[in-house]
Amino acid sequence: MSTLDDPVRFTFDGRDLVAGPGQTVGAALVTNGVTAWRGTRKEGRPWGLFCGIGVCFDCLVTVDGMSNQRACLVELRDGMEVRGTLATDTEESPEEAR
Amino acid sequence: MSGLTVDVAVVGTGPAGLAAAVAAAEAGAVVAVVDAGNQPGGQFWRHRPETGDADPDGRGHHDWKTFLDLRRRFRAGTASGRVHHLPGLQVWMASKNHDAGFTLRTTRTVVDGEGAAPTVHATRLVLCPGGYDRQLPVPGWELPGVMAAGGIQAFVKANGVLPGKRFVVAGTGPFLLPVAANIAEAGGEVLAVLESSSLSTWLPHWKAAASVPGKALEGAEYAGVFARHRIPYKTRSIVTAVEGEDRVRAVSWAKADADGRAVPGTGGRWEDVDVVGFGWGFTPQMELPLALGAATRVDADGSLVAVVDERQESSVPGLFLAGEVTGVGGAVLAVLEGRAAGTAAADPAAVVLPAKEAVRRDRHRRFAQAMHRAHPVPQAWQDWLTPETLVCRCEEVPVSAVTEARDALGAEDSRSLKSFARVGMGWCQGRVCGFAASCLGAGPGEPATRSSLASAAKRPLAVPVPISELAALDASTD
Repeated sequence: MSTLDDPVRFTFDGRDLVAGPGQTVGAALVTNGVTAWRGTRKEGRPWGLFCGIGVCFDCLVTVDGMSNQRACLVELRDGMEVRGTLATDTEESPEEAR
Repeated sequence: MSGLTVDVAVVGTGPAGLAAAVAAAEAGAVVAVVDAGNQPGGQFWRHRPETGDADPDGRGHHDWKTFLDLRRRFRAGTASGRVHHLPGLQVWMASKNHDAGFTLRTTRTVVDGEGAAPTVHATRLVLCPGGYDRQLPVPGWELPGVMAAGGIQAFVKANGVLPGKRFVVAGTGPFLLPVAANIAEAGGEVLAVLESSSLSTWLPHWKAAASVPGKALEGAEYAGVFARHRIPYKTRSIVTAVEGEDRVRAVSWAKADADGRAVPGTGGRWEDVDVVGFGWGFTPQMELPLALGAATRVDADGSLVAVVDERQESSVPGLFLAGEVTGVGGAVLAVLEGRAAGTAAADPAAVVLPAKEAVRRDRHRRFAQAMHRAHPVPQAWQDWLTPETLVCRCEEVPVSAVTEARDALGAEDSRSLKSFARVGMGWCQGRVCGFAASCLGAGPGEPATRSSLASAAKRPLAVPVPISELAALDASTD
């Protein structure tokens, strides 16, 4: 478990990134300049944080192989592997997911 | 742990839920508290992870002392074994048992492979699920960098950093003030707060406002922050478009007439904007009260809320509700309602609030009604839209598809708009677009009906749930 002193290392789509301690995955991405990570199913629009509190599901992300996690709610941990769907366009619909 | 049987189950640990849990436990009940978050506080008292900062100082918070007092009593309850705290869980199905009591089926907020989430059986149930920012579609609101005003607030409170450098905050209601103030205090630049209402709309309600002096004090505090950071507060002003290709870059705004229509030739444009925060009041989280059959009404702010009696009991015996689901009214009111609900749920014969506190509760309710009337959703908001503006973000349904379904197919409520245009069919299940879709179905200038709001908020599964948990239902013996 991280404390609020040490920076946290993680990867996003294979890139090595560092974030402040005690942040959510969504906050860690945004503070690294990544404002969008999910590609929408129909138009492939870039999606990032919107409601910020787990209501809208806009910010879905894959964390350590677990797909469709809300980036605004997942606490970042050291060594996490985070993947978006913006590049790959493989987002699932809620009916087919999980 | 797969099953837990208690006297009282409480859902939520915001101001209402925390007060309810403490009151029920102190009245002698064994209590289970289900919370989507990892630590008590809800949205209002959201703060940095206690794992790293066990004693946060409450900067940027209101009534922090109330929180610390409730948290201390809550912890006393967990220490004595009277309170079972179940953090990191969301209720995906609430049901009333045939004989008596309620069953809550839960799923993990964040899937981490830790096995099955517990089922809670309770004789009486207190739901305090709170609410979230109400949204109206605005051209360009789908761009990354556009956030709910409360989302910015949560970002700052939970992470201690800002999601950008230059901000515009827009919508209506007093909540825009603390959002802008917290951004500024955290070092961000707030280009303006755009408030669609005119502050003179408060004048008819001065009596209700004057009876709650704490609110005037809060207002004065924000005025100080705004002056110190030179934040322009523009009333009767709206965002007409958010612009950018891949993310927010610029914001256009205009002055609005009394109905909320943009006045041509007014306003301006800001460049190099990182984040736009929108909030048009709040939408209470109604799926659990609706799933249990609680009677509802439309409140002064146009939100669907549940009907409760003096003891916070809904039309369903044994089901108590407190906080925003009974009418959006803020944290002080939520604490009082939660305390009443928790006390009543633990002891049906108890006096739920001392007379003095009941008077305070009623004052805060009157203040909330005055606030709703002074900060309405602009009547002419549909005028802002272009045919391409998205209504349903999840399913990417534009305004043109919604109005076509309404005009050509007679889809005038959220349920038929769902069938004909897929509005509200996506991941959020209509949480974000339900209000706007109901208004669009009713037509320009028309209010959303109770039945349309209710069908937009009805969700067979309260949150998306792994198929394994659904499958486990067949095998369950409870």
